[in-house]
Amino acid sequence: MKTNGKVIGIIANLVVVEVDGPVAQNEICYINRNGVRLMAEVIKIVGKFAYVQVFESTRGLKVNSPVEFEGHLLEVDLGPGLLSKNYDGLQHDLAKMDGIFLKPGDYTEALDYDVDWDFTPLAKVGQMVVAGDWLGEVPENWLTHKIMVPFKFTDTYKVKSIASEGKYKVLDTIAVVTDSKGNDINVTMVQKWPVKKAITCFKEKPRPFKIMETGVRAIDTFNPIAEGGTGFIPGPFGCGKTVLQHAISKQAEADLIIIAACGERANEVVEIFAEFPHLDDPRTGRKLMERTTIIANTSNMPVASREASVYTAMTIAEYYRSMGAKVLLLADSTSRWAQALREMSNRLEELPGPDAFPMDLPAIISNFYSRAGLVYLNNGEMGSVTFIGTVSPAGGNLKEPVTESTKKAARCFYALSQQRADSKRYPAIDPMDSYSKYLEYPEIKEYLNKTISETWVETVMRAKNYVQRGKEAYEQINILGDDGVPLEYHDRFWKAELIDFIILQQDAFDKIDSSCPLARQKFMLELVMGICATNFSFQSFDDCSSTYKRMINALKQMNYSIFESDEYFKYEKEVNVIINERKVE
Amino acid sequence: METKAFQKVYTQLLGITKATCSLKAQGVANEELAMVDGKLAQVVKIYGDMVTLQVFGGTEGIPTNAEVVFYGHPPQLKVSDDLAGRFFNAYGQPLFGGTEVEGISREIGGPSVNPLKRKQPSELIATGIAGIDLNNTLVTGQKIPFFADPDQPFNQVMAMVALRAQADKIILGGMGLTNDDFLFFKNVFENAGALDRIVCFVNTTEQPPVERLLVPDMALTAAEYFAVEKQEKVLVLLTDMTLYADALSIVSNRMDQIPSKDSMPGSLYSDLAKIYEKAVQFPDGGSITIIAVTTLSGGDITHAIPDNTGYITEGQLFLRTDSDTNKVIVDPFRSLSRLKQLVIGKKTREDHPQVMNASIRLYADAANAKTKLENGFDLSDYDERSLKFAHDYSIKLLAIDVNVEIDTMLNTAWELLAKYFTKAEVGIRNELVQKYWPNNQ
Repeated sequence: MKTNGKVIGIIANLVVVEVDGPVAQNEICYINRNGVRLMAEVIKIVGKFAYVQVFESTRGLKVNSPVEFEGHLLEVDLGPGLLSKNYDGLQHDLAKMDGIFLKPGDYTEALDYDVDWDFTPLAKVGQMVVAGDWLGEVPENWLTHKIMVPFKFTDTYKVKSIASEGKYKVLDTIAVVTDSKGNDINVTMVQKWPVKKAITCFKEKPRPFKIMETGVRAIDTFNPIAEGGTGFIPGPFGCGKTVLQHAISKQAEADLIIIAACGERANEVVEIFAEFPHLDDPRTGRKLMERTTIIANTSNMPVASREASVYTAMTIAEYYRSMGAKVLLLADSTSRWAQALREMSNRLEELPGPDAFPMDLPAIISNFYSRAGLVYLNNGEMGSVTFIGTVSPAGGNLKEPVTESTKKAARCFYALSQQRADSKRYPAIDPMDSYSKYLEYPEIKEYLNKTISETWVETVMRAKNYVQRGKEAYEQINILGDDGVPLEYHDRFWKAELIDFIILQQDAFDKIDSSCPLARQKFMLELVMGICATNFSFQSFDDCSSTYKRMINALKQMNYSIFESDEYFKYEKEVNVIINERKVE
Repeated sequence: METKAFQKVYTQLLGITKATCSLKAQGVANEELAMVDGKLAQVVKIYGDMVTLQVFGGTEGIPTNAEVVFYGHPPQLKVSDDLAGRFFNAYGQPLFGGTEVEGISREIGGPSVNPLKRKQPSELIATGIAGIDLNNTLVTGQKIPFFADPDQPFNQVMAMVALRAQADKIILGGMGLTNDDFLFFKNVFENAGALDRIVCFVNTTEQPPVERLLVPDMALTAAEYFAVEKQEKVLVLLTDMTLYADALSIVSNRMDQIPSKDSMPGSLYSDLAKIYEKAVQFPDGGSITIIAVTTLSGGDITHAIPDNTGYITEGQLFLRTDSDTNKVIVDPFRSLSRLKQLVIGKKTREDHPQVMNASIRLYADAANAKTKLENGFDLSDYDERSLKFAHDYSIKLLAIDVNVEIDTMLNTAWELLAKYFTKAEVGIRNELVQKYWPNNQ
């Protein structure tokens, strides 16, 4: 029997409910406001009083309103049809909602129950299966969507019967399995899973050993992210966080992309809605939207569901990983989620941690990041969830609690610098502050050297060193003046500028330059490093800067030209002419 | 807002603070309005039969036996075409006499637009100011604040932008506006003959600060009426949002909430986002564009108010007095319009993005040269040229008194580039240089 209750207190979206039976922490309940059912989650229990956070505005709510407890945690529906959907933070389909405005309590179904799917069985009658094992598959857009033994099943089961090839709806029984006690259980194409629990139906989670290509030179070349890895992008506003994330979502070498727009601008989501259906995925030639699922909980949508939105996104990502897919999860921004936690902690009158954030913030963040990863499934197939989150540090200060906590959890750090953004050096990823721990992994090094070139990692390290030395030279020039330093300092500074302008900077709005495949990155880096290794003789520092400026201009035109086209090689020749003018042995 | 005959009157207050009072009452809804001793108040907390009311006008002089009447609904505004040309206070009551507006009652601060039902903004708003149109192009459905120190002429610039923007309606939400500034806006709109397009909701410095909290919601409810029902292009001006945020912190302080950064409430981001996110482009042509003012203290943008604002809005416009030319300019480094990418080079000439970036980069070189000069170093020929370029660029393009078409701005920029630099130095895509370089040989 369900537990019931009634509202006795309301403070903004925190509601106190007096209950008549057992309730669980984080249990879901519905508050009845004059016929409108408002979804809420239990976050604290004192005696017979449950404190619930309501995922909606509580305007107009009165005390004594009836409350019904559901007996389960916040769950999502997992099944075919999730791909290319646009959900709110609680997995309600935005497309099915009526009217221009979001109405509280207008909860729409996540999946389409009347669509037919072409089912092909994979499991055999009599086969022994456990949670996560594949029973059959259906085509979903271009992906083969596996129908699995529900993750909640804890026993070992024998397949008693399985549906034959044909069209089925998601709620049709496609298999009957028998548990160890002999009970028959019907399995459909849909299963539910509580979002805050990680899905762990896999054999093992090895260390990541290959990189995920993003087409962004400052990432792939300088600080690559591993497939199944984690990274985060902190940066003050106006530094191009969102543009960078959108670039990654368009170009990344993943089977599917899940975007959690968590507490950010609605127009940014609209941009994805508007552009992705028209943009082609360079790898498959299909529309980008076909591989993208969006969880939109923009900043004006209810605060409490912000937290839920990132978990909803992660759960969907893990679900597809269990099918052997390569999933990229992007969350913009995790700071908004942390702020939502802060608002609630404040209303609960908990003792605050730094900057009034809850004390367990670091634990919550690292727990979330740990759900990403590369896995070997029970059948030996591989799947991965790569996670990149953005962080919006208050005042651009990287010492604030959310950035600090995330730094402990994520392996790649892409610091966006205000200084670079001010001088329009985009993407504003700071080459010195940023790092990728994966570059230290022997497995990754080996992979890079094998797939790109034998000396790749070494070349990248050398390039980083040039940038560092160039920065030092620049500081000296600034202190001592152009004339006060040897010409060599100018040369050193301009070599760093060359790497900056040609490798690190990239025009996200240019058709050609916006996406740079690895082969092209290799070509450009080797070309630029060749120049850096060349000894030049200049008459003066003016001569030095103008020569390098000409080189940069020609190399930039290369970046704007189609790879290996006549034009491309024409500019390369031009670069060589300039090099030879000043080159000495 | 008349009381009704059958309403229950409570007469016993159990607690009074500077901004709130509490009493025992039954059947009260959250966020419902009430009248306490002739002052408007709103329900902010209910526990059992104990109700806490936030009194907008302050609790000064309210006795424990004050009459309390509940209205049974949250704050509302009556919307109709009659709003046009009128001035209202924070409660939506007409100023300067005049009759109450007849129309449909709408709850203020209503729900948000389904993101899927929005359209991507794509219509340019021309202002004639090159610092905006050329470098930081505005688009309908955008939300953008001016970040300005209190001594800068932000209200004047905003009024100028509003009148040139060719909006169907201009809705002014004034929070803590000085009476002088209020009269300034009134005169400017009157002299421009634009009064029939204007709706004003004003809380001046003479009125209680907590009342300000109603102003943006009032203005935006009116805006939604014109944008949704009349498919009009609505421009909402909000000045000054810093004073709005200050009012938020007063209330949260009185409610014993733990303050976060800069003694602002922890919910500041969500509170501001709820307002700014009302900016929207609807598919059927109606739109709400928000231009706001956030005053800074000493140009500090890391303070919680501008910082949170910056994360919400689609860019920001900085005003600064350029000491070299003695003109107020729109700072090209710190200003940003995030939505400009949707229109520049698409709705404007193809060379727009590259010309804009090249000019700003060269202007930055001039700033470096200036630092060198100040540090007593010799300037190179390039430095000299970039300084001259910066001077001309500031006068002919950045200054806010410029009022020209966008194509003219682009031509001016090309002229300046060609005058002071070589083609290789500007680093623009070759095909564009071929086409637009003045007197191209």
